[in-house]
Amino acid sequence: MTTRWRWPIRVAALGYLGLLIVIPVGSVFYRAFEHGLGAAWDAISTPDAVHALLLTLLVVLIAVPANTIFGVGTALILARHRFRGAWLLDALVDIPLAISPVVVGLALILVYGKAGWFGNLLAGWGIQVIFSVPGIVMASAAVSLPYVVREVLPVLQEIGDEQEQAAATLGAGPLATFRRITLPSIRHGLAYGVTLTTARVLGEFGAVVIVSGAIEGRTQTLTLFIQDSVDNLNPVGAYAGSVILALIALVVLAILGRNTEGKERRWQSTSDQFQSDSEKPLLSTT
Amino acid sequence: MLVRIAGPGLAITYLSLLVLLPIAAVLSKAFSGGLGALWSAVSQPEAVAALKLTLLCSLGVAAFNSVAGLVIAWMLVRDEFPGKRIVGAIIDLPFALPTVVAGLTLLSLYGPDSPFGVDVAGTPFGILLALAFVTLPFSVRSVQPVLVELDREAEEAAASLGATSAVTLRRIVLPSIAPAMLAGAGLAFARAVGEFGSVVLISGNLPFKTQVASSWIFSLSQSDDLSAAAAVSILLVAIALAVLVGIGLVRRRFNVDESI
Repeated sequence: MTTRWRWPIRVAALGYLGLLIVIPVGSVFYRAFEHGLGAAWDAISTPDAVHALLLTLLVVLIAVPANTIFGVGTALILARHRFRGAWLLDALVDIPLAISPVVVGLALILVYGKAGWFGNLLAGWGIQVIFSVPGIVMASAAVSLPYVVREVLPVLQEIGDEQEQAAATLGAGPLATFRRITLPSIRHGLAYGVTLTTARVLGEFGAVVIVSGAIEGRTQTLTLFIQDSVDNLNPVGAYAGSVILALIALVVLAILGRNTEGKERRWQSTSDQFQSDSEKPLLSTT
Repeated sequence: MLVRIAGPGLAITYLSLLVLLPIAAVLSKAFSGGLGALWSAVSQPEAVAALKLTLLCSLGVAAFNSVAGLVIAWMLVRDEFPGKRIVGAIIDLPFALPTVVAGLTLLSLYGPDSPFGVDVAGTPFGILLALAFVTLPFSVRSVQPVLVELDREAEEAAASLGATSAVTLRRIVLPSIAPAMLAGAGLAFARAVGEFGSVVLISGNLPFKTQVASSWIFSLSQSDDLSAAAAVSILLVAIALAVLVGIGLVRRRFNVDESI
């Protein structure tokens, strides 16, 4: 393409990015602080806001480790063991990426809600899942379930199991082999997957709003607090809450950018599952 | 040996509790009243209006963003300028930013308090804007790797034989990147049909006017009409899955063609 197209392309591309992403995100920061730092601080230090923040952190602290254990375990099973139906497990892991978060939330209500499949059983045990914290944790874990598997599995397939077998031959137990051999070689993929999981859990809205009942001061996460603040004409609260999440998103981008230096980015969620082997990125050797 | 059985068993149990059983429950609920009830749930006027709006907006955004994505990817691959790496990172911001925050950012700039005097809140344009925001990374990242691999010699040869930029684009560039553009548009579409968080603040959720399908499912579930919510969900999931399987086929076909 001749150089005469360079400027029109630059203007179109940067203009679109500016109007769609950069200026809107910038304006949230401006709006949060336009009445001063004090106003922003007051808006997010109300009891409801603090509760929402703490609940969000609690959900992250449960859902992210659970998905990390599931993700590494499933990736190991898929990469190292041959068993019938492995392809099916591989495909089913991706389901949450293909369906609307609202549908994920509705699906959980139909199993764990009062009129759901396990409704009577759970009521008998005195456990409330839906409209309560366990439901929020489950919804967040469900939507973010594929990320660790999808980041760790390709790395495990790429490195093969020769070193692991050598370790086993030399007398190392499975745990020692995992800690000394497997974990160091998957650590970049794992860090990437955990970062994506955390970002998704922190920011999930659709799946959580439907199972939470959004009870202020009880089942309201930070994203629900933001929406509630918009609805109740508390814009400073909404913008200040958004600034917290936007700052976290920028940190996530920085981490991901550093980890993918020089290799193809592959966290376009749904796109991963249909990539052929030739399109998969080279593994990051350590 | 124990690990061999226990490992997959635990993984499948976890997956079942969080995903498989719930999805099975949606299917069972949707068909619980028979096909007639399913049909009447998805052919309710509100449902039809919401589905139509969702599909039209998703299609429009997927098409627009595949062109915008190509232009942006082209700049990222072929152009050099200071700050290019930052621009590259910004492409992924919609993935990292929570959807509600995305909705609020757009509302703050293109809503009632817009500093530009552009207020699209409560109109279909607001939905288009939100969907364009969340799907842009799919459109850019799908074509970008293909542009990197593109054979520049063919373009130079075409140019030296007297082809204009437009002819080179149409005859040389587009045929090679068309499958990737199509795949990107498909991913964007699949994401857009289920989108909720970014749309909900800016669309205003006016039934028959700006209520998208996911929002209709949400309001059905709020009014405890779970079977109707399940029925619309099934349709939405079927559309997204059909598109994703279609992308898989396009990709496979494309790879086969390449190897010949």
